[in-house]
Amino acid sequence: MKITFDRVLPVLSGLGLIGGWYAVRLALDAEQRFLLPQPHEVVVAFGDNAPAIWQAVRNSALGASLGFVFAVTLSFVLALILSLSPRVRTGFYPYLMILQMTPIVVLAPILILWVGPGLNSVIIITFLICFFPMVVNTTQGLISTDRNLVDFFRMCKASKRQEILLLRVPAALPYFFTGLRIAGTLAPIGAIVGDFYAGSSAGGGGGLGYLTIVFSSQFKMGALFATAAASCALGFIFVAGVVSASWWALHHWHDSYSKSDS
Amino acid sequence: MATQPPVVSFKHVAKRYGAGPLILDDISFEADRGDFISLIGPSGCGKSTILKLISALSPISGGEIVVEGVAPSEAMEEMFFVFQEPTLLPWLTVEQNVAMPLRLRGSKVQKRDELIAKSLAMVGLAERAAYYPRQLSGGQKMRVSIARALSLSPRILLLDEPFGALDEMTRDHLNEELLAIRQQQEWTAFFVTHSVAEAVFLSNRIMVLSANPGRLHEEVRVDLPYPRTEETRQSREYQKLVAHVSKLLRSVERLRDQAPAAATA
Repeated sequence: MKITFDRVLPVLSGLGLIGGWYAVRLALDAEQRFLLPQPHEVVVAFGDNAPAIWQAVRNSALGASLGFVFAVTLSFVLALILSLSPRVRTGFYPYLMILQMTPIVVLAPILILWVGPGLNSVIIITFLICFFPMVVNTTQGLISTDRNLVDFFRMCKASKRQEILLLRVPAALPYFFTGLRIAGTLAPIGAIVGDFYAGSSAGGGGGLGYLTIVFSSQFKMGALFATAAASCALGFIFVAGVVSASWWALHHWHDSYSKSDS
Repeated sequence: MATQPPVVSFKHVAKRYGAGPLILDDISFEADRGDFISLIGPSGCGKSTILKLISALSPISGGEIVVEGVAPSEAMEEMFFVFQEPTLLPWLTVEQNVAMPLRLRGSKVQKRDELIAKSLAMVGLAERAAYYPRQLSGGQKMRVSIARALSLSPRILLLDEPFGALDEMTRDHLNEELLAIRQQQEWTAFFVTHSVAEAVFLSNRIMVLSANPGRLHEEVRVDLPYPRTEETRQSREYQKLVAHVSKLLRSVERLRDQAPAAATA
């Protein structure tokens, strides 16, 4: 009985939200109504602009994926280097912070001048957004290996390479995936924001950020809402991908996936 | 018998960590092949440190240690450590965990499988080979840890309070199992514990240490015959020895409590 109610609950709250949406729209003055398109108008706008939105989603997904993959790969390499000694960490960390502290709005014009507007800039911006949480988490994981396990490996006369590959890297996986979840959430946002500032429509290369500028300049409220929905969907796909990868790698052994009685 | 050199010998060994206070002072003893030596004493007396020195996990600050005729760092292949915690790799199955030392030391795969099966059978966990550590109870995890140590057929086994976190029933049971395994595999054991009963049940020699700094206070010989069983625990001799060692332990603890007062006087 309770289970069926739990299943129905999200559907009910969704219907409630849509109902509320219509109610707010009705409460608005006639001249303000264009600001809030009705749900069915959004659906219609989605259909009308489907080719443009679909292309923008593909472009943004490409930028987000490439930036994300570069960030994950390079952050892993850097984390391995950083994990080698505390001295290397104190030498590098302040500069990593600079990366994280500089807002994209400031970086975008520089990148446009360096690599030109479009996909390249979007990839770099996504990379910069994802890189920091990945490095910090993975490094933390690599240096948090249980002291006794390290002693155990030393007793077994393990080489440094064996210690890293067979002990430190697998032990760091939960931390790595924490970073990956954060980066996975940030990647599509980074790609879309990056596209907003540094995107280009040249050769049909505009993403969701660029499309937002186009629709807002044309006062196409329904299309803007449809673009927002598409952005949201892209974000969900990324998070779902990362969550599945994390489940695949950890559910056998990690406590965070153990079934509890409560 | 008299001609056999000692397996482990300590000569005036001292230990301090960095510039810190002396942890161990003037420790001298010899262990013969097949000895089961328990180290007991108040916390901070350096019992676990002695194991770390034998295994070369930590360097000495003075004196000399000889293991199987050579320096500890050269004798690492001869010994294995069983830690306070099971220290299993949680992402590997029981079987893969037991295989790890063999894998790291580069033994052949075929021989490896045989050794794994044998050591898992010894601790009664052959049927749990495919389990992950988190699916096991505390006692079972410790058994895997012991199987992992045994797979290398070490000549010296260093056990650092391996059963400290377990309930008394499980602990008693594992003590009996450990002695049963020792009848199949010859090794010299150094066993750190806080439990007097456990020390008397397992060992033929008990070294009582005093603290601040850790010194050898007294050695007690346990001449109860092996194999020891539940009946051993009921025997009068066993209980007399437990009472004796407990008394020694209390006197060392009193000594430690008085030490700061004596220093200021």
